[in-house]
Amino acid sequence: MYDMKALYQAESVQDAVALRLAHPEAQIIAGGSDVLVQMREGKRAGKELISIQRLDELRGVSLEEDGTLRIGSLTSFSHITRDPLIQKYINVLGEAVDQVGGPQIRNIGTIGGNTCNGVTSADSASTLHAWDAVVELTGPEGKRLQPIRDFYIKAGKVDIREGELQTAILIPKESYDRCFGHYIKYAMRSAMDIATLGTSVNVRLSPDGKTVERARVAFGVAGPVPLRAETAEKLAAGQPVSLDLAEAFAQAVKEDINPRDSWRAARDFRMHIAVESAKRAFIESVKLAGGEL
Amino acid sequence: MAQYQVVHFNLNGKDVEKVVDVRASLTDMLRNDFRMTSVKKGCEVGECGACNVLIDGEAFNSCIYLAVWAEGKHIRTLESLLGPNGELSDIQQAFIEETAIQCGFCSPGFMLSAVEILESGKEYTDDQLRKLLSGHLCRCTGYENILRAVKKVMYCRLGKELPEA
Repeated sequence: MYDMKALYQAESVQDAVALRLAHPEAQIIAGGSDVLVQMREGKRAGKELISIQRLDELRGVSLEEDGTLRIGSLTSFSHITRDPLIQKYINVLGEAVDQVGGPQIRNIGTIGGNTCNGVTSADSASTLHAWDAVVELTGPEGKRLQPIRDFYIKAGKVDIREGELQTAILIPKESYDRCFGHYIKYAMRSAMDIATLGTSVNVRLSPDGKTVERARVAFGVAGPVPLRAETAEKLAAGQPVSLDLAEAFAQAVKEDINPRDSWRAARDFRMHIAVESAKRAFIESVKLAGGEL
Repeated sequence: MAQYQVVHFNLNGKDVEKVVDVRASLTDMLRNDFRMTSVKKGCEVGECGACNVLIDGEAFNSCIYLAVWAEGKHIRTLESLLGPNGELSDIQQAFIEETAIQCGFCSPGFMLSAVEILESGKEYTDDQLRKLLSGHLCRCTGYENILRAVKKVMYCRLGKELPEA
């Protein structure tokens, strides 16, 4: 038995919005792999829950008319990894969420929960930052779109306002078109572990594969929230593809990241693996994009 | 104040209905109301895999799944693997033959993950199988025998010879 005060089960998105307004103190629960564990630990004990688990309209991946990739917030990690649209347009996201927890956790956990918990180590978060994802929130006044970078306020806190719930993650066409990326999770174990550092790089090359048109890199656990390393991105844009560029790009990430010492790893060590991971992920992304190094 | 809901679902091929406390986990309901004692209470925070069940064909840790969410789902526990006269399935038999069982606490969870793996009808490499089985903790036998048991059934069902180790 869980120590919960009450459970309200939403039957539709509108119903969920109404429940949010009626019970402002209640916690939204999607898959449950964070909320129920925290409730068991006592952190959320005695709280009211609004379950959105039954809202099947929030599951699945689709392509909108303007080419925007739409990922319903309740889509589980395993479904994202197996989805043909994800595999075609943003394969790196499927690979990143395939490194969350273990198989059962990937069936339970949702992309919405992974972003709404505001955790810097979330395996999806760095890739979503690196691809300029847009968060769709539905509230009493309808839908509100927000770039994922502004969605994260501070560690554990995201911008979900009164009566709102997250309903989708959107990847605009301009963001994924001709882009190829790679994610590196650095952790002590291959399963059931939290990232010591997560690095997601993606590149768009010129049609001849010789020049970097755009390179983007984002990190998890390199700061209190997932973040982009813009100095490195600016340095690489418009430059000819080379191993020297990979090295310079990787060294430049140090300008923007600010990891901390924790029991999991020291700041210096995180700085070191950030550079090394950025280099490897950049090289891999260039190769995926058809470039030669 | 206790809050109850009626939940209807299919358990091991049979349609069932139950009034449950909304605070109950699926593990609580399966063990206490349906006597499905193959569903073990281990860590109760989704890490050990002892409470694993199949929900609509996918493996879930039932300890971090609310009982009321079972509404309309097809749920399978280890009990569903037995034949009509209590015969063991090929998976259970392989676990015995490969000494993949010692205390047995992790076994139901492992075997149900094996069901999901085997029902995909795909042939996996050892590394892929290790990853697919990585959501379970075993403190007795180690994982090699378990891997070997699952691999044996996989090749058998695919009608192929088990490659030499």
